[in-house]
Amino acid sequence: MIAELGAFALALALALAALQTGLSVAGRLRNSPVLAGAGQGAAIASALAVALAFGALILAFATSDFSVANVAANSHTDKPMLYKVAAAWGSHEGSLVLWCLVMTAFGAVLARASNLPFGLKTSAVATQGALSLLFLAFAVFTSSPFQRLDPAPFQGMSLNPLLQDPALAVHPPLLYAGYVGFSVCFSLAVAALIEGRETRLSWTAWGRWVRPWALASWAFLTVGITLGSFWAYYELGWGGWWFWDPVENASFLPWLAGAALLHSAVVTERRGALAGWTVFLALLAFSFSMLGAFLVRSGVLTSVHAFAVDPQRGLMLLAILGMTAGAAFALFAWRAPMLKSGGLFAPISREGALVLNNLFLTAAAGTVLLGTLYPLILEAATGQTISVGPPWFALTFNPLMIIALIILPAGPLLAWKRGDLTGALQRLAVAAGLALLFALAGWALFEPKKALAAGGLMVGAWLILGALAETAERVRLFRAPLAETLRRARGLPLGAWGMTLAHAGLGVFVLGAVVETSFKVEAVAPLSIGQEMRAGPWAVRLDGVAVVEGPNYIAEQGRLTVRPAQGSGRAKAVTAERRFFPAGGQTTTEVGLDFRGLDDVYVVMGERRAGEPGTVATGQAWTVRTYWNPWARLIFLGPMVMALGGVLSLLDRRLRLGVGAARRRKAVAA
Amino acid sequence: MSWLPKSPKARRRLWVVMAVAPVLALAVGLSLWAARDSVTFFYSPSEATPDKAPAGRDIRLGGLVEAGSVHRTADGAVIFTVTDNAASTRVLYRGDLPDLFREGQGIVAQGAFEADRSFTARQVLAKHDETYMPREVADRLKEKGEWRPEAGASARSSRPQADSASEQS
Repeated sequence: MIAELGAFALALALALAALQTGLSVAGRLRNSPVLAGAGQGAAIASALAVALAFGALILAFATSDFSVANVAANSHTDKPMLYKVAAAWGSHEGSLVLWCLVMTAFGAVLARASNLPFGLKTSAVATQGALSLLFLAFAVFTSSPFQRLDPAPFQGMSLNPLLQDPALAVHPPLLYAGYVGFSVCFSLAVAALIEGRETRLSWTAWGRWVRPWALASWAFLTVGITLGSFWAYYELGWGGWWFWDPVENASFLPWLAGAALLHSAVVTERRGALAGWTVFLALLAFSFSMLGAFLVRSGVLTSVHAFAVDPQRGLMLLAILGMTAGAAFALFAWRAPMLKSGGLFAPISREGALVLNNLFLTAAAGTVLLGTLYPLILEAATGQTISVGPPWFALTFNPLMIIALIILPAGPLLAWKRGDLTGALQRLAVAAGLALLFALAGWALFEPKKALAAGGLMVGAWLILGALAETAERVRLFRAPLAETLRRARGLPLGAWGMTLAHAGLGVFVLGAVVETSFKVEAVAPLSIGQEMRAGPWAVRLDGVAVVEGPNYIAEQGRLTVRPAQGSGRAKAVTAERRFFPAGGQTTTEVGLDFRGLDDVYVVMGERRAGEPGTVATGQAWTVRTYWNPWARLIFLGPMVMALGGVLSLLDRRLRLGVGAARRRKAVAA
Repeated sequence: MSWLPKSPKARRRLWVVMAVAPVLALAVGLSLWAARDSVTFFYSPSEATPDKAPAGRDIRLGGLVEAGSVHRTADGAVIFTVTDNAASTRVLYRGDLPDLFREGQGIVAQGAFEADRSFTARQVLAKHDETYMPREVADRLKEKGEWRPEAGASARSSRPQADSASEQS
């Protein structure tokens, strides 16, 4: 019954999305606020219907209703409740419903926005409706998660145990909020292209409307990607956190385009300039999101992440991507030359710096796109299978980004229209000096000595100190009395703090990435109980191995002690497991992590070397793999700080969405 | 700077071109340079002829782990045979095998051939769940008519309904 209700709600949402599009188009053509309002009502109703469908799906998973094919294929009664619920978005069908939920929910917020002019809002709601229509149709007609099985199996096939993890339970919703959030930027861009000529669209206002969506999506995507990376780090047991896997790239591409978008939208908002380029980036960011969905779901990729689905659905997604992105970019090519580009500026200016930022971000995105798609294109064309791995990206993406990062701190210190580069550099002199000292200290302290790593340390420190220098400048730290500084700090807009945090967070990430990549130590040794191994400055002893039983797995659990190899540091106990899941016949590793300040000591239990499995006897050995990952904490902390910066900027008074504004005005009037 | 165009618009366009051109050239140059030797080719054992995969060149070798071929040497290395049922290659690997490494299953080994045409792997990738086989391996087996989805644990991958989906990042 629940499944039928869900299927009905999903079909209803499809009809409502069609209504939303139709009514909005009619409302725009006839200039009728009544029709347009009805379209906005349909948008909200559509979101509610998808929410109902999604709720039904979660309920089916929570109650382990195996008569629903999707539940039978992805769930199991033994699973803890969290993973039963999370399995609702663990499959292609379920995650597609989540995708539609985010899309229609954002569409509903767009429909409630009160500060948009009639024409732009109606066109944007119509576009968002058309996007929802396509994806809902895809969900209803090809990928319904509500299909029944007859007879219902007694037990489900369970979710891939690798995915049974708290970080991964929340990773897809956050990621999708980011991916699909860009659909609103896309809709606003299409609306601007439609409206740009007829009404006198104010580009500064458009920049202000699109920026909160870009910021929110980018912040969600940042957290989502970071959680995914953290999951890969501690769940796969490979000791790495980013593999340049095509599916990772698929999530990274919209992130890069989104980062470029939120910077260029600032220029559009403040100066009315770069309008065409900002529109282009808004289209690009969501097109990359859809490309990612296609790559993940079409089965063209071999990846840890790829959904194993049939190519038929991949073709449908390719068709959706071609239709929407094709139509939007064609509209762009037609209308962009007619857009009025306002505001001239000198090359050395805040705008100039932001153009440079955009240039490097898009060029870097271009190299990632090439590295991701080239193997696919080559295979389709010649049948030759190649793989493009981390070395390729290290040689192409990294140099471009390093140049961008070196330029970055100067940007915020330049004035709009015409900046003073010498002045900006003078004000950064202290930051540069301190960064150099930091790099020299790193060079002296870290072994082995690596010049590149010292350079990387300098870039990271330069980013953090440069961001702080800019804020110090604005609050006149040490130049004015403390009271004056505090008053100025309070007066700084949240957006300014957001920018400082985001840039400093990037620096924190760079420091972590540089130190971890340059100085990590990996050691493998067969250990019997009581034996010890070394990894960098750490000694790891295997104290014992026990067979433990989890809710849906049996594990060999190693108890280990990590202590400094020299000196008298505190010894800490960690457990690392090798879990066998009988439901899927799979083995996974649970990494033992010892957090040591910024460093991780990362222990993986490997295979048993002798003896019968299932028993623990003496005289056996286990392969134990230990990594010392120095400063690994910063790799995951940095992006979180960046996302926090995005959230702060989002809270800035100047970027209110206007959803609550109407209500507040009414309250004041009453 | 008298050589600059007079109109501010043309002047700005010139600045943009001057900024875009070097970055674009740098990106293209780096991509081409990197494509020369950091791209890894994939071969099955029968394709990995000495001219395509000379000793020392990094390649990805994919196929099935031959039943009964896996054994460990005294110093902890693993030796096994990868086959596409037309040719086989002996692979030496030092390190921890992936959780899902089993005889009869599809794997991808990254590494290089030695002069004696044995293969030394730096990394071994196995399928990541019970229904998945590395796609290159499956494709090659299909081409050779050696694809037997009904055999072994990979049986389910031919039935879309049973395809377990793993999460996208």
